[in-house]
Amino acid sequence: MMEKMFEVQDPVNHDTQTLQVNIGPQHPSTHGVFRMNVVLDGETVVSLKPVMGYLHRNHEQIAENISYTASMPYTDRLDYFNSMSNNFAWALAVEKLANLDVPERAQYIRVIMAELTRLVNHVSVIGFLLNDLGAFFTPVLYAFREREKILDIFEEVSGARMMCNFLRFGGIKRDLPAGTLERIKEVIQNFPKFLDEFETLLTKNEILCMRCQNVGVLPAELAVNASITGPMLRASGVNYDVRKADKYSIYDRFDFKIPLGQTGDVYDRYYCRVLEMRESLKILQQALRDIPVTGEIISKKMAPFVKAPRNFKPPVGEAYGRVEAPKGELGFYVVSDGTPQPWRYHVRAPSLINLTILEDLCIGHKVADAIVILGSIDIVLGEVDH
Amino acid sequence: MAFSKNQSEVDEGLKGELAKKGVVVTTINQLYNWGRQSSIWPMQFGLACCAIEMIATACARYDIARFGAELFRPSPRQSDLMIVAGTVTKKMAPQVVRLYNQMAEPKYVITMGACSIAGGPFIDGYNVLRGIDRYIPIDVHLPGCPPRPEALLYGLMELQKKIQSQEIETTEWYQKGMKREYPVPDFGPHGLVPKFNPEVWQPRELDHRKDKYGEPILIGRKTKAPDLDAPLATPPVAQPPKPQTA
Amino acid sequence: MNLQEIQSKIEAALPGIRLKPVRESLLIEDAAMLPKVAAFLKNDPVLALDYLSSVTGADYLKYLESVYHLYSVEKKTGPVVLRVRVTRDSPRIPSLVPIYRGAEFQEREAFDMYGLYFENHPDLRRIFMWEGFEGFPMRKDYEQEDSEILETADIEWLDRHGAKVPEGMRKKAADLKAQGKRAVAEKTGKSIE
Repeated sequence: MMEKMFEVQDPVNHDTQTLQVNIGPQHPSTHGVFRMNVVLDGETVVSLKPVMGYLHRNHEQIAENISYTASMPYTDRLDYFNSMSNNFAWALAVEKLANLDVPERAQYIRVIMAELTRLVNHVSVIGFLLNDLGAFFTPVLYAFREREKILDIFEEVSGARMMCNFLRFGGIKRDLPAGTLERIKEVIQNFPKFLDEFETLLTKNEILCMRCQNVGVLPAELAVNASITGPMLRASGVNYDVRKADKYSIYDRFDFKIPLGQTGDVYDRYYCRVLEMRESLKILQQALRDIPVTGEIISKKMAPFVKAPRNFKPPVGEAYGRVEAPKGELGFYVVSDGTPQPWRYHVRAPSLINLTILEDLCIGHKVADAIVILGSIDIVLGEVDH
Repeated sequence: MAFSKNQSEVDEGLKGELAKKGVVVTTINQLYNWGRQSSIWPMQFGLACCAIEMIATACARYDIARFGAELFRPSPRQSDLMIVAGTVTKKMAPQVVRLYNQMAEPKYVITMGACSIAGGPFIDGYNVLRGIDRYIPIDVHLPGCPPRPEALLYGLMELQKKIQSQEIETTEWYQKGMKREYPVPDFGPHGLVPKFNPEVWQPRELDHRKDKYGEPILIGRKTKAPDLDAPLATPPVAQPPKPQTA
Repeated sequence: MNLQEIQSKIEAALPGIRLKPVRESLLIEDAAMLPKVAAFLKNDPVLALDYLSSVTGADYLKYLESVYHLYSVEKKTGPVVLRVRVTRDSPRIPSLVPIYRGAEFQEREAFDMYGLYFENHPDLRRIFMWEGFEGFPMRKDYEQEDSEILETADIEWLDRHGAKVPEGMRKKAADLKAQGKRAVAEKTGKSIE
């Protein structure tokens, strides 16, 4: 009798209906104002269509109407966790366009800031990922405690916690205040302790492993084909890092490894980020050791434009500058027409392009896993929608 | 003080004496407001950059729990306060108004950051709403880009002051026929329809920004496209070799 | 491998193709040839440009343009920049999604902002703006609304929802309608910078 009750009768033509669920734009687990149109069969995802644009702030239109330097604070607001990396990419693009060189000390400061940004981003992302897994807010408390320490450095250096607006074409805005390097060293010294603590709580945690392993597996071939970049690509086992491939700025001087994943699931993405933080710490240590004590901070070519940035007119031409931002490859494509405003300004936003394969990853998983997969892609809506 | 009428008329000295004996004298308004102001439940609702500072405010260092407002509710039905943290785009504005309508009375709104007040740095865009106060009434405007967590706490304290000054007899949500739901704008072919709700907001007669800077939309002003096909006048100068590390 | 070598390589493999170097890029004069060139570059064992980094739409007044930055993940080289130009009247470009999945959202973005119509794209919809939005806001001739002046559609909507509208605004909207104009933001202001 009991056996008969639970017998599955013709699973294909089972008399069930699919259910369309709309997640977002106001939803605690969509990391802002992202929206997913999900079709569910029971709890299994059948189709998932991302809908974005709820934070489309016409970044490109504004940048085409203002001077080159005035775009710098706008780039802060693209990926608002990592203002320094965004500045870096935009500065690189314009330096290529106008053929500028960057003094030694400024290069080091740029790299230090970019790597600190990576720490901030990865640590917050892991916090939010755990939030999505159901560990509500406790990991975020840990993560933000460390984030605040680094934000203090940013504030000391640039005057702002989040929107640093610190880099300039051919250099940086101003030199580091006295004692900042010591404080950075202190933060870096204490960071591994925090990472160990974080990892003790998480890395071998059974719940984390069960929820994340073999969920949202991204094959390497698809990852390259779909232009996925950043930790997500490397978690799939593809050895590609713009820092190594382009050797922009002074990244060729540092000795660091690129952590690679094996399966490309959510767990690998999590663990890749942890390892990347450890590598970033290595770069930071080397940079702090080698940084020249004094020196120019802005290129001589750009000195006249420090006080009058609107007079800066790069020659007619085009350039594409890209960096390894914490979320992936952040690129800026800029076309100059010889006036103070760029003719065309385009952002190659890693968050947006990494979302391409969201549907592929989620199909066949439960709806709760879809949330975790989205968390592991690591999107920031300012950058998705630019 | 703005909220003195809510204080009881009993002499302060006598009150102190009574308090020593374990008797508390207060007014119903004061008690009512004390309860409300110390347990504001904000909505867990982040739009953009400011939302990160809002999360930072909720975290250990700034600890919004000291002000009784740590319980971020994901559902508008359970929340008292909407912190509009970030740029409201035209695509998002209808949802924000809808969320406001779904909140239960008494409800308050803090606009956090320049964007939600007036569009902020993105004011000139085709998809950015120039301030959410075009559709819903705002209690506290909080400038900054983004405001620091301390500023959000200050804004919350200002809101507490406002709550303290309210009286049961005159509060809006106990009045008959009080309209606190605002129509949700529609998507039009060029922007939102309507552009603003004149019952809530009207353009200022004197627009200083316009006087000073003019309308700063430059799209279409440039009439000559750069000619990338033209051969370069001089061959591009090779970048000087980077100095080696010491 | 420099640009010239790549150009001659493509010309040898795809006879009849017309390529023109523009600065650091290759202009494919016949837009319909784009997928063939891309497929060749991707499958060529020496170049192996397997990664499409960026797709950019642009408006050059006389024509619209789409720029592609290709890199090689395998060889860690790049970029090879391709560009195609189309007229404003028929901005049709074959989509690269069948070859590079990564073009999907970027082509949708270029469609949304510039009205570049990518043929064979699996899901060509507006990505940032809503369905029903008219015009392509990043084109240089786009006319942006003046958000301070109400128009007739707004007044009708407000009347329908029972909101009070001041007489002055009503009059202004009626005037605009009589002139057959939209309330458009001025374009001739000083720049903000």
